[in-house]
Amino acid sequence: MFNKLLVANRGEIAVRIIRAAKELDLRTVAVFSEADKDSLAVRYADEAVGIGPPPARKSYLNIDAIIAAAHQTGAGAIHPGYGFLSENARFAEAVAAAGLVFVGPTPKTIRTMGDKATARATARAAGVPIVPGSDGEVGDLDHALAAARSIGFPVMLKASAGGGGRGIRVAADETAFEHHFHTAQAEAAAAFGSGTLYLERFLNHARHLEVQILGDGNRAVHCFERECSLQRRRQKVWEEAPSLAIDDATREALCTSAVRLAARVGYRGAGTLEYLYDDDTGEFFFIEMNTRIQVEHPVTEMVTGIDLVRAMILIAQGQPLELAQADVTLRGAAIEVRINAEDPDSNFRPSPGRVSTLTLPAGPGVRVDTMLYPGSVVPPYYDSLLAKIIVHAETRELALARLRRALDEFEIDGLVTTAPLHKRLARLNEVQTGRFDTGFLERLLTA
Amino acid sequence: MAQHQVLSPLPGIFYRRPAPEKPPYKENGDRVAEGDVVGLIEVMKQFTEVHADAGGKIVRFLIDNEAPVEPGQPVLLIETS
Repeated sequence: MFNKLLVANRGEIAVRIIRAAKELDLRTVAVFSEADKDSLAVRYADEAVGIGPPPARKSYLNIDAIIAAAHQTGAGAIHPGYGFLSENARFAEAVAAAGLVFVGPTPKTIRTMGDKATARATARAAGVPIVPGSDGEVGDLDHALAAARSIGFPVMLKASAGGGGRGIRVAADETAFEHHFHTAQAEAAAAFGSGTLYLERFLNHARHLEVQILGDGNRAVHCFERECSLQRRRQKVWEEAPSLAIDDATREALCTSAVRLAARVGYRGAGTLEYLYDDDTGEFFFIEMNTRIQVEHPVTEMVTGIDLVRAMILIAQGQPLELAQADVTLRGAAIEVRINAEDPDSNFRPSPGRVSTLTLPAGPGVRVDTMLYPGSVVPPYYDSLLAKIIVHAETRELALARLRRALDEFEIDGLVTTAPLHKRLARLNEVQTGRFDTGFLERLLTA
Repeated sequence: MAQHQVLSPLPGIFYRRPAPEKPPYKENGDRVAEGDVVGLIEVMKQFTEVHADAGGKIVRFLIDNEAPVEPGQPVLLIETS
């Protein structure tokens, strides 16, 4: 048991975790870089410790400084949030070696599921459908080309150690494949420290669905799916639950496959299994697992009523999962839009700066997760996510109406944001009827 | 000898190399032509090249690799002869 939790993150997720910890009567510790000393997380936490200069490598990725901050404050556990060190097995090991609790899965699970090739092999062993691919890393060009021929074109070259949509190239045919192979290897080595690649069939018109999992190391339940097909440069911009694309039988098959995989690795904590879903065939394929809380977790919280961050902390305290699968039910529809500091009219150019005035939406069925306050400074050094506006209503149609209303209430000056893009999306016919795939938004933006 | 300062166009983190294991774009004392890439600036995970807006010889870089920069801050000094 621990009674003081250190949050090794920043921005809206640090605020979110501090809120959950406070509701559990835990003491909270924020860590901050020099750029975040006036942040909301620092204000809300009981204590705050500076861990270095603005660049993440010198602060939020500095394992020694974070563990020293935990020792200094007497924190018994560390919550990594998302991004930064959240899927770094070495960090999870260092936390345990320092006698602290890591709020998340074991280092072994992070390694197994974090490496895309081993994750696929594990999924296959658990009987979870996977995208036709190379069954692990491909060696030299000749072997890779042979594998690509048997998978069929178009084929994706993916970095084994990649993630977040980075380290991926698509080859339409053999010529393109030969052209991309060495570049992809070099890029993977430069970006992720490992040049090993694996291959996967590229599905032209697919949806991105994902299943939320909670496990206590012995038992796991699913909290249904999220539909995250509206993406730009493989970054999600709009997420919702449930997905309009699947019927109850498919939902059951999809979600129970995720539980099988979670159970197989003895999953502990909150995790998400990402799938591609083919509207034409009704097939779903596991692509990867994120062994952490995700940005879009509030969508699931709204439709199930489960506080996922609270559940993560309770599991980390050693409590068995209280929920049985039958306790997890879907109610209504929820949508989340990501408000980023980017200019949608100027090719999504970043827009850091100082917030002068701010009006956040409120009222029935509206939740806003943000670190903004009037006068807060959004530094240029980190992610552009400013706020998540989440709406919940009895039906998707009502949720859309609520989203349009909430976006009309949202006002911010001092920064340019992606709010106008979401106002447009919320009124589009294709979005209202749920007819989109992972390529929809980019086609819309280049049309 | 005229000296020219290349200014940062953006706020962010300045990098002197295209990738961590690659050599720097330019060293102190190197010659540059107008338009040459002299560094990268990372703003909210997006990378923008910094170009020399004058040709000549680099006297010295004024910002360290991986250090924060502000818009309008001098990044390097060029002797334009």
